[in-house]
Amino acid sequence: MNFMTHLDLSFPAQLSLALLPDLLLMGGAMILLLWAAWRPESARHQRSVGAACLGLIVLTTIAIGWFMYRHVTATPGPIAVDRFRWIADLVLLLGTAGTIALSMDYNEREGIFAPESHVLILLATSGMMLLAAARDLMIVFLGIETMSVATYVLAGMNRRSPRSAEAAMKYFLLGAFSTAFLLYGMALVYGATGATNLSVIGDRVMRFGLTTSPLLLTGIALMLVGFGFKVAAAPFHMWAPDVYEGAPTPITGYMAAAVKAAAFAAFLRIWYEAFTPVYASWHNAVWWLAAVTMAVGNIIALRQRDLKRLLAYSSIAHAGYLLVALTVNSPAGSEAFLFYAFVYTIATMGSFAVVVALGDPGERSLNVDDYAGLWTVRPWLAVAMAVFMLALLGFPVFGGAGFFAKWYVIRAALQAPSPHWKLAVILVLTSVISAGYYLYVVMVMFMRPRVASAAIPARSRGLTGFVIAASAVLLIVLGFFPERLVRLTEGSAPYGALTVPATSSAVPLPSLPPARR
Amino acid sequence: MLAEAIFFSAVLFTIGVIGVLTRRNAIIIFMCVELMLNAVNLSFVAFARAYGVAGQVFVFFVMTVAAAEAAVGLAIIIAMFRHKQTVNLQNINILKG
Repeated sequence: MNFMTHLDLSFPAQLSLALLPDLLLMGGAMILLLWAAWRPESARHQRSVGAACLGLIVLTTIAIGWFMYRHVTATPGPIAVDRFRWIADLVLLLGTAGTIALSMDYNEREGIFAPESHVLILLATSGMMLLAAARDLMIVFLGIETMSVATYVLAGMNRRSPRSAEAAMKYFLLGAFSTAFLLYGMALVYGATGATNLSVIGDRVMRFGLTTSPLLLTGIALMLVGFGFKVAAAPFHMWAPDVYEGAPTPITGYMAAAVKAAAFAAFLRIWYEAFTPVYASWHNAVWWLAAVTMAVGNIIALRQRDLKRLLAYSSIAHAGYLLVALTVNSPAGSEAFLFYAFVYTIATMGSFAVVVALGDPGERSLNVDDYAGLWTVRPWLAVAMAVFMLALLGFPVFGGAGFFAKWYVIRAALQAPSPHWKLAVILVLTSVISAGYYLYVVMVMFMRPRVASAAIPARSRGLTGFVIAASAVLLIVLGFFPERLVRLTEGSAPYGALTVPATSSAVPLPSLPPARR
Repeated sequence: MLAEAIFFSAVLFTIGVIGVLTRRNAIIIFMCVELMLNAVNLSFVAFARAYGVAGQVFVFFVMTVAAAEAAVGLAIIIAMFRHKQTVNLQNINILKG
């Protein structure tokens, strides 16, 4: 096989090549960090650092495109070289690009001069890409910490705001607490199987009949708690609304979209690759986690009037929908997960972009009622927000691809080897509940009269406007051509998952089939 | 030997969890989290005696990352202290939770 399309990960050089996009982003971010700190802080410098960060994201995307185009494969090793990783990377980079574009405008408006904050976003993203690639518990841990430690700082980026500091502290304490659970789970799984590599763990569980080993099951339970905190699944979601409310708005969007998607990517890969043999043991726990998360997120969101808190609970509810895809534990489930993550990231970035566009310095008017009559003063902004709300709701046609995202998750649940029709029913019912708050926002924007004393919001700045327009157009277009995205996610289940675990690490994996047409 | 180490690490971890859940001082909560991480390290080292070096490598990563986390975490706690002159979580509740 060709050296460039099949990598042998036992050679360090080829391992580095397999990590090329991640290394590119990390190395580039280090250089940009030096440059950001080199020059005195000014609005202009901050903008140019932001622009350079966007350029680096484009470069990384090109590198990923090259890997996807050449259908590069690799031997089993500590990192994965598969479509699941590349598509997850694309989702993460999309969310990151949106966040940096938004915070370039946001920082200026709030008078934050911290060029390194843009670079910090890139460093968090490099941790996320590591998470999407990880096939070894050690790499999962390093990825999750690289991501989290950078995000703690980002949450507290606005140093003059006590709310931002409080959000950062709550996020940090809960994040460190959940990491400890995750790590203890990893230690017990290592103790039960003697391995940290995911496919080796799956293999040994199967071969040595460890499916009832108390050490392994306790480890899985602890890891489930850890991931439950990280993805904000109920009942481990208590930190999320506070942190989302206090953090700077673009960073809130980043946490709701990219951080969640990255944690889910690792969550899904570990559960699919390593723990599929013990499916019977964790199935019920994850089932309940999904059901409770959907119910709690949607029902509490009904009471929220602060838009950031509302979106926080909505993101908890969406964690529940994604957990359904994880519970299914079939290739269709992982494809549905990637499709959902793609659409959810776009819709979330878009709605937070609208919140940035309509916020004023100090972030005061973020109540839903401040959006009353938006249609009469900023019609396009109101239309875009309506698209995002309907996409998150999963409304056909006007919600664009949001409908198909939910549709594919439901289909995966129903077509699984053991159909999860109860979970599908809960998903539909809770989606109906979610109409209560998503449509309320739409109703307020279009049907309530504008309060006479309310100031007309300023025209949104260039980049914010671009993020809003691009997200809305992308959602609608993907709503008409969902098969484009389906074809992209097709055959993207993490390899080794659900098949007989590789018996020997020397067996080369079959090269991935080229995408149809 | 292994069983004792695992038992002790479970006890240490539980003490850490109880500390996080009952104490209200941010610094003490953070110390309890560190205690939990050390419990993890202990079990990794104990398992590494049975399985080889991977567990010990993991411990080094955990220690390194915990140091980085402590640096960031203490900075965040200081930033909070500058605003409220306290690190007691009961007095830090601008965000309704």
